Amino acid sequence: MSPAELFALPFMQRALIAALFTGIAAPAVGTFLVQRRLALMGDGIGHVAVTGVAIGLMTGASPIWAAVLVAVAGSVLIEIIRERGQTNGDVALALLFYGGLAGGIFITGLAGQSAAKLNTFLFGSLTTLSVDDVIVTMVLAAAVIVLCLGLAPQLFAVAQDQEFAQVAGLRVRYYNVLVAVLAAVSVTVAMRTVGLLLVSALMVVPVATAQQVTRSFRTTIGAAMVLGCVASVGGLVVAAVASTNDINAQTGPTIVLLALAGYVVAWPVGVWLRHRARLRAPFPSGGTTEHETAPEHAHQHGPGCGHLAVPHDDHVDYVHDGHRHAEHAGHYDEH
Amino acid sequence: MSVTTDSATPAVSITNGAVEIGGRPVLRGIDLSVEVGDFLALMGANGSGKSTLVRALVGLRPLSVGEVRMFGTPLDDFAEWPRIGFVPQRATAASGVPASVWEVVAAGRLTRRRLLRPLSRADRAAIEEALEVVGLAHRRRDAVSHLSGGQQQRVLIARALAGQPDLFFLDEPTAGVDLPNQQALAGALAALKARKATVVLVAHELGPLAPLVDRAVVMRDGRLAYDGPPLRDHEAHEPWFGEPHTHHHHHARSVHHDHAPQVTSPLDPPNGSHR
Repeated sequence: MSPAELFALPFMQRALIAALFTGIAAPAVGTFLVQRRLALMGDGIGHVAVTGVAIGLMTGASPIWAAVLVAVAGSVLIEIIRERGQTNGDVALALLFYGGLAGGIFITGLAGQSAAKLNTFLFGSLTTLSVDDVIVTMVLAAAVIVLCLGLAPQLFAVAQDQEFAQVAGLRVRYYNVLVAVLAAVSVTVAMRTVGLLLVSALMVVPVATAQQVTRSFRTTIGAAMVLGCVASVGGLVVAAVASTNDINAQTGPTIVLLALAGYVVAWPVGVWLRHRARLRAPFPSGGTTEHETAPEHAHQHGPGCGHLAVPHDDHVDYVHDGHRHAEHAGHYDEH
Repeated sequence: MSVTTDSATPAVSITNGAVEIGGRPVLRGIDLSVEVGDFLALMGANGSGKSTLVRALVGLRPLSVGEVRMFGTPLDDFAEWPRIGFVPQRATAASGVPASVWEVVAAGRLTRRRLLRPLSRADRAAIEEALEVVGLAHRRRDAVSHLSGGQQQRVLIARALAGQPDLFFLDEPTAGVDLPNQQALAGALAALKARKATVVLVAHELGPLAPLVDRAVVMRDGRLAYDGPPLRDHEAHEPWFGEPHTHHHHHARSVHHDHAPQVTSPLDPPNGSHR
């Protein structure tokens, strides 16, 4: 089968739509989680959602809606523990991780369901989505995107400095719970795409990649959404094309590896940009009360002379061989 | 919504205030009233309770006894938060994701913005003006994490300024800030004072801010030890105020570190947490 025929198939088109929506929604919430330094919260919620899926499988209810309910409950619990426990938030997260995963596998066993059924939720199964699944995914993902972007100023302020936001009159607790609920919803939305165990990657890795090269929050969240979209749609396409060549590439891991490849490319660029910014940061003003003349040297400093030029008060210091030379009346001063 | 404040109503007052943290009394018997237009410096040694007092005044620390009134309204009923500007004690203005100077300052405008509305022209003008007052307009596009500590303090002050409040609380804005940046801070605060804003400034040392201060309050061990005309830095640390002057510019967190992992129950709030 050629790739063109493959993409004409209805299940493939459903998968593409789901990948597009989750790829945009997950990094939007992920940016606020990373901003609060809670990058692993998505992982914790994902583990809790395993229990929800298992309850859904056992009771015959829809696993997606059961997962949404349990994940929302779990995320609110994490938020309460974080607010009350402060320093021990990571221990509380760990307890929920293990409780959620163990509970999920335990209940699946009780229900007599095979591990293969649970596996489709743990590692994703984009190509088995029904029309209803796609509609649920689109609606939930769109709600997440609209809330994340619409309330971005408030969510940004709360995540940036909670105490300032509280004194500014924002209802900090509501916004904290809102972020937790949005994270839970996007986890369950993404579970069919990349699976519950890898869901946090789609929320965090595009943000980590974007912030290598960005300087503002707005560009970070925008770039992360674009990168997440490219990774999830691209990963699906790569996996699908590979399967036409008899290579068994699973969609979820392909998406996550593609996102990580983006990070690997962006990281050296980020290191170089930060190094350059540090070198070119202006020297602190003052500090040159004495007049010390540099030894005679033949080299003429100037724009484009090859030496690092750093602003210092009202002039420029040229840096070379551990010296800071500033031009002064026909000679150079040591600054 | 409009509360008429005649000049006799203090901007902020606390009567018989007490704060307990983790069951231990930290502030006792605090009576303080800040008049509209005052520039008050709250001084004292580390651990004397000056930061806790400011946090109690803005409602971040509940009082165990007593009452705080903002512009005459009890704090629980107070709704005019746009009138309050708060500069929390922070070593950095950065967080887990890059944010530009302009974005952090724009967050200060949230007090006056409605939900789901874009920035109005007045919002943008206020943000620009706040950046100008602290002298960082040329750095607006830079990431705050690329700024020096002193410049980040100026960003935090600009964020409070952007909301155009009448009453400012600043918690140690000069701690760990080099002299040129302290002078820039003093310039920004002088502009506030010229606009007749009320300022409550927590400071271990005043440095270049000293000429602005109209009234000094010195705290010692959770009580008010002095309330009167401004003091010079070293007078506030005279032995009769308690601890001798120790140059702790960095806020030594009294957290005990050893090599044993500290795992307590996750639901226990850490006792005596001072944050």
